[in-house]
Amino acid sequence: MRSDVTQYEMVAPKSLDEVLANLSSEPGKWTLFAGGTDLMVLMESGKLAPKNFLSLWGVKELKGISYTDDSMTFGALTTYGELQRHSKVREYFPMLIQAAKETGGLAIQNRGTLGGNIANASPAADSPPGLLVYDAELELTSVDGSRWVPYDGFHTGYKQMKLGEAELITKIRVPRPDPKGVHYFKKVGTRRAQAISKIVLAGFGLMNEGAVKTVRIAVGSVAAITLRCHKTEAFLTGKSLNDSVIAEASEIFGGEITPIDDVRSTGRYRRQVGKNLLKDFLESL
Amino acid sequence: MVSVAKVNFDCTINGEKKTISAYPMARLLDVIREDCELTGTKEGCGEGECGACTIMIDGELVNSCLVPALQADGAEIKTIEGVATGEQLHVVQESFVVNNGAQCGICTPGMIMAALKLLEEHPDPSPDDIRHGLAGNLCRCTGYMKIFESVLAACQSMKQEV
Repeated sequence: MRSDVTQYEMVAPKSLDEVLANLSSEPGKWTLFAGGTDLMVLMESGKLAPKNFLSLWGVKELKGISYTDDSMTFGALTTYGELQRHSKVREYFPMLIQAAKETGGLAIQNRGTLGGNIANASPAADSPPGLLVYDAELELTSVDGSRWVPYDGFHTGYKQMKLGEAELITKIRVPRPDPKGVHYFKKVGTRRAQAISKIVLAGFGLMNEGAVKTVRIAVGSVAAITLRCHKTEAFLTGKSLNDSVIAEASEIFGGEITPIDDVRSTGRYRRQVGKNLLKDFLESL
Repeated sequence: MVSVAKVNFDCTINGEKKTISAYPMARLLDVIREDCELTGTKEGCGEGECGACTIMIDGELVNSCLVPALQADGAEIKTIEGVATGEQLHVVQESFVVNNGAQCGICTPGMIMAALKLLEEHPDPSPDDIRHGLAGNLCRCTGYMKIFESVLAACQSMKQEV
């Protein structure tokens, strides 16, 4: 049954300073609310405990996409729609575009945000695998100032993350990848639109004289967090790719993931399809 | 249980300025249907999956079931009631009528909003553009072909008008 809307407070600060002041003056009181595409669904099903929300939607400092020769920076409130409409994102970060396109439908893409997707911390989320593979960094801000942290390692367990009570994610920065690299993104769901993934794999790879120079792999829906596969990457780096190397990589990959049975799929299916996707990615290098 | 206070804010709905008084986390869908008495916008799933409640905010498609009322402060909202001009149906609406694009009608307002956005961005859409543009809207009656044909026919009539 739907939750009772009279039980939720929400205020809508107009500036980042106001948001930060709220967070620091009453620690633990406020829950941040971006585009609502996850939280409103919880409310609909009666699973959202009464809370005090700070709506970020009107905070201009959290919007906008900027770029330099070396990197691109997204305001935390950047929507999937805005990502797709930006020509430089399309040119340099195709995995983010593909993830954005396959998140919900167009109406969801106009409300769902990168910062919200990260902070909601679902291991099935669509944008985190690409962000991990692009070596994203997060800017975390509180009244005391801002700090940049690597996105890899930010999530520490199911819905757990290294974010202070008075902090919020303000920006996401991704370095421009080597233009010679291969970008691979595949989401497996029941259909292309509106589906939550059974498994999603993102990969970036660069070969040099027949050997793997750089490889980065991340997977969603196969562990408690979106997982960067460091062991598989370390094994592959410097190797020439052939059937036996790919088979061995697949075994190591299988040891890194911990897929479970749930409403969308089974652990067995996810493990097998994960290995298939890894093979597909490596064969594309 | 103590209830929170209602908030007042202004927005524009179908070109008309409105002052809304609502609980901040009330669904915009309910505000539109119950407070503004614009019942053209329908509720299907209530969780952003089906697109029946699709409206436009500041020119972009959104699911009104997922928007808390307070986030509509200052918004320019367009619902299905704002699509026709008086008694004159929009070409897309007319096309759904002529081509049997509506059966039970629950998905139709959302479909029309999505089709309007599609034709605004792709005046000459490919079959894939149409499928992509309508992918967030579910219909349990038509099997989609009549809807697809309605949008295609609307696009052809719009080209003839120019």
